[in-house]
Amino acid sequence: MNLLEINHMKKSFGDLEVIRDFSLSVKEGEVVSIIGPSGSGKSTILRCATLLEQMDDGELIYMGEHAAKSVNGKSVYMSKNVLKKIRSYFGLVFQNFNLFPHYNVLKNIMDAPVTVCKVPKEEAKERALKLLDQLGLAEKGKAYPYQLSGGQQQRVSIARALALQPKILFFDEPTSALDPELTGEVLKVIKELAAQKMTMIIVTHEMQFARELSDRIIFMENGVVVQEGTPDEVFHSDNERIREFIGKIEAVY
Amino acid sequence: MDIMTMLKQLAEGMIVTGQIFFLTLLFSLPLGLIIAFGRMAKNGLIRTISKIYISIMRGTPLMLQLIVVYFAPYYVFGVRFGAGYRMVAVILGFVLNYAAYFAEIYRAGIQAIPVGQHEAAQVLGFSKAQTFFRIILPQVIKRILPPVTNEVITLVKDTSLAFVLTVAEMFTLAKQIAAAQTTVIPLMVAGLFYYIFNLLVAFVMELIEKKLGYYR
Repeated sequence: MNLLEINHMKKSFGDLEVIRDFSLSVKEGEVVSIIGPSGSGKSTILRCATLLEQMDDGELIYMGEHAAKSVNGKSVYMSKNVLKKIRSYFGLVFQNFNLFPHYNVLKNIMDAPVTVCKVPKEEAKERALKLLDQLGLAEKGKAYPYQLSGGQQQRVSIARALALQPKILFFDEPTSALDPELTGEVLKVIKELAAQKMTMIIVTHEMQFARELSDRIIFMENGVVVQEGTPDEVFHSDNERIREFIGKIEAVY
Repeated sequence: MDIMTMLKQLAEGMIVTGQIFFLTLLFSLPLGLIIAFGRMAKNGLIRTISKIYISIMRGTPLMLQLIVVYFAPYYVFGVRFGAGYRMVAVILGFVLNYAAYFAEIYRAGIQAIPVGQHEAAQVLGFSKAQTFFRIILPQVIKRILPPVTNEVITLVKDTSLAFVLTVAEMFTLAKQIAAAQTTVIPLMVAGLFYYIFNLLVAFVMELIEKKLGYYR
């Protein structure tokens, strides 16, 4: 069974068609990267998939359960309770972390499990400490976000997402707000998650990283998929535009 | 009249002033939050009503509003309350007026919180109420403390407007004594009283600011 299925997603902002027709199925343990130039609709796909944005048309299905059905060319979303359950299937890591500044690291990680999932406090704390240890932040539990580097903040936000034990984890340009040195420590964490067979969908500009890590890469431009395939297929594409894009990005990094 | 007798007379007024002050804050701070929600509501009608309310409360003199609140029950509904209604009308008038100012301060504070905070909470599964009370409001309070302090200090001094409904707060008494004894000393004492009161207010607000200074 597919963990996630997106069928014929369409999304416009006013007159601007951001996503024209996007479909994707993701199986358990798969790592899928979405690459492409700015404004190609990559982030919008993640925002629609994580219910931060509603698509205009298309279907969204997690673990065989519909979050949205397509009825007469329009997406119809399920009830609040269904969506609440579906939200528990996925986690999202933001480009600019969005940690809660008034909570310390431990509380950032524990708060959702305790308040949303009613996990007993002791258990949530144990889980959080384990995650911090795993992500190399064992000392930082009592620190506040402003006291951490960007790379540390992003690792905390990954821990926060993992604390809810999602089936699938989305990353929206997780290293774009970080300098190259800090980028490395975040990418390392994501690689470790891949090794543990975490299902992930990653929007990124880190070409080398996407190439090493992904089972599949999707290249998007102007709201459509230009090519989808294994890293080798995409990186050795015949498509002029893809070669040009990858070449340019690799020259920059 | 010696100064002790005068202070004793003024002390009664200080209690009334304190009552107006605390009761106004007690009710206007939460009411302001409700009006701020109205001002930001998705429903256009609620939004417009809140906007007009704030505009009237800020655009007309508080003194006039007190008079309206006091006389409205009789002239609009034909209901006559006893003399006790004067103090109630003062509190009501102050609460309605200050809530409008607080509402705009809250709105500025709420809208200044990055949208990413809402989104992070939503993805983590927090309900709207949980998001607001656990994530947004604590950050709003930290940000709005300086403008709220301003309003609270103004409120201390505004309490003297209660004289218009002949509620014997401190400044009313000070004026009466000053007129009867032909001396300005009671007025100077009143001034000192407001100043010390506001020093206390500023001190308390600073404490709260320090307490919330543990994060950025």
